[in-house]
Amino acid sequence: MSDIASRVKAIIVDKLGVDENEVVAEASFTNDLGADSLDTVELIMEFEKEFDIQIPDDQAENIATVGQAISYIEEAKK
Amino acid sequence: MELKRVVVTGLGALTPIGNTVEEYWNGLVEGKSGAAPVTHFDAEKFKTKFACEIKDFNVTDFINRKEARKMDKFSQYAMVASDEAIADSKLDLEKINKLRVGVIWGAGIGGLETFQEEVINYANGDGTPKFNPFFIPKMIADIAPGNISIKHGFMGPNYTTVSACASSANAMIDALNNIRLGHCDVIVTGGSEAAVTIAGMGGFNAMHAMSTRNDDPKSASRPFDATRDGFVLGEGAGAIILEEYEHAKARGAKIYAEVVGGGLSSDAYHMTAPHPDGIGVVAVMKNCLENAGMKPEEVDHINTHGTSTPLGDVAELKAISEVFGPHAKNININSTKSMTGHLLGAAGAIEAIASILAIEHGIVPPTINHSTVDENIDPSLNLTLNKAQKRDIKVAMSNTFGFGGHNACVLFKKLD
Repeated sequence: MSDIASRVKAIIVDKLGVDENEVVAEASFTNDLGADSLDTVELIMEFEKEFDIQIPDDQAENIATVGQAISYIEEAKK
Repeated sequence: MELKRVVVTGLGALTPIGNTVEEYWNGLVEGKSGAAPVTHFDAEKFKTKFACEIKDFNVTDFINRKEARKMDKFSQYAMVASDEAIADSKLDLEKINKLRVGVIWGAGIGGLETFQEEVINYANGDGTPKFNPFFIPKMIADIAPGNISIKHGFMGPNYTTVSACASSANAMIDALNNIRLGHCDVIVTGGSEAAVTIAGMGGFNAMHAMSTRNDDPKSASRPFDATRDGFVLGEGAGAIILEEYEHAKARGAKIYAEVVGGGLSSDAYHMTAPHPDGIGVVAVMKNCLENAGMKPEEVDHINTHGTSTPLGDVAELKAISEVFGPHAKNININSTKSMTGHLLGAAGAIEAIASILAIEHGIVPPTINHSTVDENIDPSLNLTLNKAQKRDIKVAMSNTFGFGGHNACVLFKKLD
C-alpha cells in the first residue's frame, strides 16, 4: 500500500469511526462507511490539510469512494 | 380548561461534585466543594485560575467516539445527564407515544469551545476560510435537545431556551406549561453548559464577575459571607423528566415531587447588575406563588440563585424578606453554588434537582464556606450555613436569575 493510501485510510478510520478492514478501495463513504453529507465535507477538508492540496468543490463531488480519494490525491501530488 | 398536574419522574446529573444523581446528592449533603485549578486549558495568565470542572469524565464511556466528536461538550453533558434521567424514569420507550414526548433544554451559551477553536483556527491561517462543516451544528445552543431527540425518537416540542443563568429554569417552566396544557405527556427538560474555556473564563474575568481567590479555590464560592468576591465558574448538566400526573400514575412510575408553579419576570434595569432593591426578584417569587396558587407561608425551603457576588446575594435575600415577611425566618435558605460553582445555563436544572431531592430525603444541603457575617444580611434568616439540616420539606422553591435581568422561579411540592 502506498504512503498516500495508508494516510487516506487512517483519516477515514479516524473521522468515520469505522474498522480499518472496511476501508477498501471500492467502499463508498456514504453507502458503505456511514458518512453523511457533513462527514464527507469534513473528509475532503482533512485530505486537503494532510496533503497540502486544494480540492475544488466541483471535483470534490466526484470523490465518493476510498479509491477515488486515493487516485485524486496521488494525481494531485505528482 | 382544567390544567393537568405535572410530576417529576426521573433525574440525571453530571456535576462538578458528582457524575450521577446519587454522587451529586451525596456531595451536596457532605458539603463537598467542586472547585480546583483549571485543567481544560492553561489558565496561568488568567485572573482566575480555578473553576468547578467535571471530574473523571471520559465521554467515550457514554457516547461512541464518532458521535462524540460531532458534539461540543455542552451537548455531550446533555446526552449523559438525559440518558441517566430517562433510565431513572423507567419509561418504556417502545410503548410510549413519542409524538407526545418533547425535549425542552436550557443553555446560556452553547458550544463556546467549538466557536473559540474554529475562530482560533481561522485566525492562525492565511485568511482562507477553512471552517469545519460541524462547526455551526456543534455550536448552536439548540443542538443539545436536537441530539437527545435524535437518539430516542422524541418527536414532540423541541428547543432550547436562552436566558443566561436562568435558561434551564425557563426550560422547566415551558415544559411544565406544555404538559399542563395537554400538549405533551412527557418532556425531557434541564440544561447544560461547558464554558470553562479560554473565552468563557476570559470574558467573565473581564466583567469582574468571578472570584479571584486563587490561593484557596475550594472556599472561593462563599455566598452570603461578608468576604465573597464573585462566582466560581462551573460546568455540567442536569436533566429532569416531567410527566403528566395521570400518565405517570398509570404506569406506576416513581414520583419524586409535583411541579406546582413557575414564575418569570425581568429587572428591566441593567445588562449585568441586579436591581439594588430586587424588584424583579420580588416580582418573580410572587408570580411563582400566584402561578402555583400557594401562600408564602407554605414554602419551607428556597434554593437561592446565591452566586457569591457582593450585590446579587444581598438583593436576593432582601427580596425574600419582602415576599415572605415574618415567615422568611422559618425558611431553610441555601445556596448550593457554594459547592457546585455556577453552572450558568445548567444552574436552574441542577438546583431544581437539589430542591427535589431535599423534599425526597428531608435534608437541606448546606451553604458551605461561611465564616464572616455580612452586616447587610438579616441575621434572623436561616441560611443553612456550613452543615446540612434535617427538615421535613413539603414545598421547595428554586430561584435563578440571568444576565440581562431575566428572573425565573420554580416551585416543587411533595406529592399529597
